Amino acid sequence: MQSRRVFLKNGAFAFVSLGFAPSFMARTAVAASGRSKQLIAIFQRGAVDGLSVVVPFGESDYYKARPSIAIPRPNTGENAALDLDGFFGFNPRLQPLKPLWDSRQLAIVHACGSPDSTRSHFDAQDYMESATPGVKSTADGWLNRYLQNQHAEHATPFRAVALTSQLPRMLQGTAPALAVSQLAQFGIRAGGASEAVGASFEAEYAATADSVLNGTGREAFSAIKMLKTADPSKYEPANGADYPRSPFGQSLRQIAQLTKANVGLEVAFTDVGGWDTHVNQGAGQGQLGTRLDDFSRSIAALVTDLGDRMDDTVVLTMSEFGRAVNENGNRGTDHGHGNAMMVIGGGVRGGHVYGTWPGLSVEKRYDGRDLAVTTDFRDVFGEIVTKHLGLRDARQVFPGFQISEARFPGLFA
Amino acid sequence: MTRFIALFVAGIAVSISAATFPTDDRAIVHLLGRTGFGPRRGDVEKVRALGIQRYLDQQLHPERIADASMAAHLTGLTTLILSTRQIAEQYEIPQLEARRQKKQDAKDGDPAAGDGKPPNAMQLMATGVMAELAEQKLLRAVFSDRQLQEVLTDFWFNHFNVDARKGRDRFLLTEYERDTIRPRVFGKFRDLLGATAKSPAMLFYLDNWMSAANNPRRGLNENYGRELMELHTLGVDGGYTQKDVTEVARALTGWTFDNPRGGGSFTFNPRIHDPGEKIVLGHVIKAGGGESDGEQVLDILARQPATATFIATKLTRRFVSDTPPPALVARVAARFRDTDGDLREVMRTILTSPEFLSPDAYRAKVKTPFEFVASALRATGADVQDARPLIRELEQLGMPLYMCQPPTGYKDTGDAWVNTGALVSRMNFAVRLTGGQLRGVSIGNPQSVTALNLGAPDFQRR
Repeated sequence: MQSRRVFLKNGAFAFVSLGFAPSFMARTAVAASGRSKQLIAIFQRGAVDGLSVVVPFGESDYYKARPSIAIPRPNTGENAALDLDGFFGFNPRLQPLKPLWDSRQLAIVHACGSPDSTRSHFDAQDYMESATPGVKSTADGWLNRYLQNQHAEHATPFRAVALTSQLPRMLQGTAPALAVSQLAQFGIRAGGASEAVGASFEAEYAATADSVLNGTGREAFSAIKMLKTADPSKYEPANGADYPRSPFGQSLRQIAQLTKANVGLEVAFTDVGGWDTHVNQGAGQGQLGTRLDDFSRSIAALVTDLGDRMDDTVVLTMSEFGRAVNENGNRGTDHGHGNAMMVIGGGVRGGHVYGTWPGLSVEKRYDGRDLAVTTDFRDVFGEIVTKHLGLRDARQVFPGFQISEARFPGLFA
Repeated sequence: MTRFIALFVAGIAVSISAATFPTDDRAIVHLLGRTGFGPRRGDVEKVRALGIQRYLDQQLHPERIADASMAAHLTGLTTLILSTRQIAEQYEIPQLEARRQKKQDAKDGDPAAGDGKPPNAMQLMATGVMAELAEQKLLRAVFSDRQLQEVLTDFWFNHFNVDARKGRDRFLLTEYERDTIRPRVFGKFRDLLGATAKSPAMLFYLDNWMSAANNPRRGLNENYGRELMELHTLGVDGGYTQKDVTEVARALTGWTFDNPRGGGSFTFNPRIHDPGEKIVLGHVIKAGGGESDGEQVLDILARQPATATFIATKLTRRFVSDTPPPALVARVAARFRDTDGDLREVMRTILTSPEFLSPDAYRAKVKTPFEFVASALRATGADVQDARPLIRELEQLGMPLYMCQPPTGYKDTGDAWVNTGALVSRMNFAVRLTGGQLRGVSIGNPQSVTALNLGAPDFQRR
């Protein structure tokens, strides 16, 4: 942490006094270390119904539990599930991701979640972001602890970026992380006086004894300078990638922009809401289907846009918990437990549903009502952090949890 | 600073015995930043002349403050005085009709399913009702002399948060804030809790309106029952179980509202109520209680010691510091219990505590974007003819008014609001405001307060 602050201080100084182009520095860093690995974490806030996303169509209990909102078995019409492996199927609105499954770039971990029993959005999101289920007092998020523990020789202010207006819990902590919802608007905008006004603000924040605002202020001005050099306004997606105009689609587009600007992006985060489908959830069409359509088209566009860079990039999707197996009285679903995660790219061994499937019969359910959890989400995070991002020792990232390779789902060779 | 600390230390010593206050100007600035949205020009002098004690007494009794100029700032916002029924007649029902007609024309799928897309902020603002409510909130924060009442209305709305983007809630929040929240912020907690529980806004937001027993088409919905305990009363560590959640939800079945055409207000529907016995936190609610089941649940929850501690923690976090001293939380919780949740007395205990006036509390809080914008307008002496550009600025700053998605409400600690992106946005707001670039907002004397003042580190704290 100490060295990070020193870098930022010296780095900012270097930009000003020597006129170093920040992107040049970042590219140098990349070149020096060989391939740079990247993680893009996507949080589906509101608890997506994993049973409608990765559908266990091979279980008759699934259809018994959901008389009005089940996704029909494959090959039974246009709103039927898309067969993945003869037992599980994609929601038909995930069609844009089906080619990634077929080419083994996309893996699923099902019946995955938290050992904690909470069905509170707030708590479950908190636990998934802190990666300390049941412990509310954890000060930082697990992605931030990853950043703290993985030494970065030439870290830039864009090492960790959330495309959100507020920094998510997952990235909060002592390692610097940037929250910015619109890259193009990032900077001091005072017309012809922008440079001068920016310099004055920078001086104010550099001079303050308020350590929190001093540090954040320094990071802000370093970031502004780097982004100015990268010039995001000229961005054109590659390979014909077509991002939806939705906030989620535009967030992913900006993540691709940052990636390709070579500003040192290692960890990116964004979130997407609207999954809390207590009422009129729908099946292949309807409320959930509409959200999934945006979700899958956005991710497919990102993967298309990143092209070869996907070899070094993992896209991870998560949601705080699943939803109850039985539909409720309002053709929706209430808060449940186990859920499905997706892991895309980065050499993942895709085309496979990982984890032990517990079954949906009442006696196999958690509390008699929810999909049981057979894979702790920390085993998925742990495998990505060690096998993909290359952290040698992940114990500090997952305090109170025995990180063991033996329990990893086996997503990476 | 040394003088400030010395006076505060003296103040602490005295206030324990005789409840007098330091009169240092910084103490007054501190007070104005906590019990209100920061000082306007001349406010420090006014409070100095009045005395801190008397200022506090006034603020704790807003009915004694004339607030004569406020009405003038709100003229033109015609929906603010409408009842939910009138809003339904003039806005909601015509919109429903239009949508129904459109659907019929398109013959488009299952009409009950809807498209599931939450309306975006601009769509909501276009309905007029939400835009006016948001303008009102900011205008009151800037111009009302009943500053503490507005701070507490903001606090309690956030505590009992309802997101305008959820379905018809956009038509319900005007009445919710005006009639449910604001009149009760100095009343009894149980009364406020009961009023929110019966408000159509909350009944809709957390789905209790449709939670039903013994009904083939509907079923039990635990959403409100859970948040009622976790977020409104006991707190997440308040010692309840999943079984309690289900029992509370059962007790509250039948608490619903009328059709919007019939006024849309609270009603109890015995046909969907679960008449059986319930056990909540060990208390037996006898079978056959009907509507009173829900009242008994609220009685039980409002009087749990965990509730007193939870409310004391949240209030001291808002008014004192992100990590309020445990001894203060304990005293405030005790006052809550001793007064049966009298929120005026609870506030008096906080605002007259040595911890509130201690140097540790001075500038300990980072302003939320709303507090930042309101305090900037006050500091510049801005006149606001049209608050809508400011409402859009708040979206940019990450705090769209009345549109906090989770029932937790917006976070009240600095970590949620201090990050590089947010700081840059604040500096840019300061540039636009002082540069006269916000349409509908004119600032008295641009020379006296500059962008560099408002964007400075000090101004981000209160």
